[in-house]
Amino acid sequence: MKKTKETGMTFTRRQTLRMMTAGGAIGIVAPNLLGKPAFAQTPPSEPTGRVVVGLSQEPTVFNPLMPHIETDDGVAFSIFDALFRITPEGEIVPNLATEVPTIENGGLSEDGLQWRVKLRDDVKWHDGEAFTAEDVKFTLELITNPDFRAWRTTGHDLVRDIEVVSPTEITWRMEEPFAPYISFLTETFIMPEHILGQAEDPNDAPFNQAPVGTGAFKWGSRQAGDNVSLVANPDYHGDGPYIEQLVFKYIPDMTVLYTQFRSGEVDLVGQAYITADNYAEAKALEDRVVTLEPRGTLESIYLNQALPVFQDKAVREALYYAIDRKSIIDILYFGVGGEAETFMPSTSSYFNPDLPEHSFDLEKAKSLLDEAGWVPGADGIREKDGLRLSFANSTTTGAHLREQAQQFIQQTYADIGVEMRIENLPPAVMWGEFWGQSQFESAMVGITYLIGADPDVTNRFHSDAIAAKSGSGSNNAQYSNPKVDSLLEEGAKTFDTERRKEIYKEIQAIIREDLPFLPLFRYVNVFGRKAGLEGFEANSNVRTESSNAALWYWS
Amino acid sequence: MAAFLFSRFLQSAVLLVIVSIIGFTVLNLMPGGPLSQFALDPGMTPADIARITEQLGLNRPLHIQYLEWAWGMLQGDWGTSFRDGSPVTAVIARHVPATLLLMGSSTVIAVAIGTWIGIRGATHRYSGFDYVATVGAMVALSIPTFWFGLIGIYVFSLKLGWLPAGNMYTIGDQSVLNYLHHLIMPSVVLALVHIAIWSRFMRGATLDAISQDFVKTARAKGVTERRVVMKHVVGNAMLPMITLAGVQIPSLLTGALVTETVFTWPGMGRLFLDSLGYSDYPVVMGLLMFSALLTIVANLIADITVALVDPRIRLA
Repeated sequence: MKKTKETGMTFTRRQTLRMMTAGGAIGIVAPNLLGKPAFAQTPPSEPTGRVVVGLSQEPTVFNPLMPHIETDDGVAFSIFDALFRITPEGEIVPNLATEVPTIENGGLSEDGLQWRVKLRDDVKWHDGEAFTAEDVKFTLELITNPDFRAWRTTGHDLVRDIEVVSPTEITWRMEEPFAPYISFLTETFIMPEHILGQAEDPNDAPFNQAPVGTGAFKWGSRQAGDNVSLVANPDYHGDGPYIEQLVFKYIPDMTVLYTQFRSGEVDLVGQAYITADNYAEAKALEDRVVTLEPRGTLESIYLNQALPVFQDKAVREALYYAIDRKSIIDILYFGVGGEAETFMPSTSSYFNPDLPEHSFDLEKAKSLLDEAGWVPGADGIREKDGLRLSFANSTTTGAHLREQAQQFIQQTYADIGVEMRIENLPPAVMWGEFWGQSQFESAMVGITYLIGADPDVTNRFHSDAIAAKSGSGSNNAQYSNPKVDSLLEEGAKTFDTERRKEIYKEIQAIIREDLPFLPLFRYVNVFGRKAGLEGFEANSNVRTESSNAALWYWS
Repeated sequence: MAAFLFSRFLQSAVLLVIVSIIGFTVLNLMPGGPLSQFALDPGMTPADIARITEQLGLNRPLHIQYLEWAWGMLQGDWGTSFRDGSPVTAVIARHVPATLLLMGSSTVIAVAIGTWIGIRGATHRYSGFDYVATVGAMVALSIPTFWFGLIGIYVFSLKLGWLPAGNMYTIGDQSVLNYLHHLIMPSVVLALVHIAIWSRFMRGATLDAISQDFVKTARAKGVTERRVVMKHVVGNAMLPMITLAGVQIPSLLTGALVTETVFTWPGMGRLFLDSLGYSDYPVVMGLLMFSALLTIVANLIADITVALVDPRIRLA
């Protein structure tokens, strides 16, 4: 039943203990280490074995330039390559390109408008054709083709004058400097011009059901509603693949997904991972490696800045002090969830670690409100200039944990003389105009701020991005701070990474100070895989757990 | 006969139009829509979403969208799935085999056992067997399928390890035996409810037939009890069962929603649920029309069969 054999280098506690014991007397205490010395923990020379990744949503879109969801990304990363890739540390490294264009290496002009990308000359499509700069040109042009149902066009719509200098070199001009574009290119998978370019209509070309890429795995077969099976590409230009078959198995129910992980039918639990309530049990399973992996999403309470009560900074600060978020994480979320002070993921290289830490302090909250002139009225709710300190909080109806967290917060707020009414709405209503046009008073929401790991958050915090005022953007809190506006504008045009770090760290500090939203916790996923599956690396800078399947192998 | 077929055909056509209009309207009244899943995607701007809405033609008036869809249907074009970009007919065709396998085997089990329990219950009325069967049927009908499914998985997969916890086959091993191994639990769980239904109907129909005069006559003539039951009683009791089969047969192809979810069975029931979840209108509409057509055709066949089997009934 089990494909795996226990060996020493996996880091479950039990096995680490065994290793420590074995330290003094190798070969006696741990005979299963005898056959393989520790240094034999290397990938096999030939692709061998199979990995089954369980997903709770079915991958159905195999042309990643078209609108798709997270679970489709695992297939995309395995079949296709982008010009660059992003490491778990947030560093951008070349993939189909030979180097990352910078001003120093001449890949970027001083003003950031001229781009020059050099490409590998040893890459072949799965059908044997050579990959060239024509494919890159075709891909970038397809995305902005008005007849093509492209997924994201941000950044791509600034690209002009694409020129193929040689099969291994391409240049283009940007309409305006846009530093995040390099990050977007780590998720822009290159399509074969010689196949998709010949299709009558790229929207429903046969290619979209049987894609041909340059990636570590080739398209195998699909059993609709059940699985997608990929096979190793022996001619892959990078490291790997070390497994022969990579299967994405669709298991619609989260409980069943976990059950099949327990029973061994699933080797790795992918998107949407193990539910928090099963974490304690999963951790104790034998021959399974279960880890907590932080994600880029932050749960927070958005305070609509247009509401008069929220315009008083003392109120926002007091509300933050009056949230017992440690208890919310521990009691409601089974301890799965990390405390956070900023929208920036802690795994990002732009993360500011020096922000003031939140503390739960009702006395401090009360004194802040007292000082600001909010005094309890007849019903115990504070008032100031005829304004009651009362507001509504909304989130998705039926999101049980959120509803409980709301009640928790409602109680501590009542203790400091603040009334929070819970007014939840069905998802489609909640996240429609009510949210988009900032019609809520306050909202409990989980937001992923970064696109492709770039720190640019203009769309979330620039005062021009308030959809209720300007018609577009996702600054739903209606947050407006001229200093942040100018920093955001500078950051989007700055290509010097060190300077950008300073800019975005400052933005985080200002937003932490202003509190347009009250951070609750960073989402953390419970990852699970069989012991013996090596080479796996979680990467919170991409949306899938399967972005590096090329390097996976069974020990 | 020809006149009967013609009027049935007309009725069916009107029915299909009404079903499609209601279905289309209700679907489009649901808040959200196929692009709402991208609303919280940080990389998709409202402009991107507006562009795709335009490209899919979802911003046009509802009646125009309906007429275009209906015109396509008349020409045999069922549309294209929003979710995976392939034709709706291909999407349905990909999911039918799994459902047919599961529903087929569970129906065989249900009909065989249900018929036997029904006949035995009627011929041994108020016996211990009859009471157990009656109570058993009530229990099977009132307990939800997913409960049976989860208990089955807990006992036979997790505790005993005899049967797989779900899926249609083990990835990498697609032998017939492997399929059968995976088929046992879902088809038995699904059959439980159907056994209950079939046995109750069969018992009632048998009781009706058993008190008829021709049965008394047969007994009076000295025909053996076994022959009385098998030939005279069961033969006549089968008539209402044909009509029941007409109602039940369409589910052979439309699938079992709950069972397919619990056992990760990639059939039509799952497809329907997933398509609803994604607001994949073309597929949901396709499935709706598919099951409406099946129901109409199956009922028609049942009516004709009853007429052929029972010479007393004339179709007019």
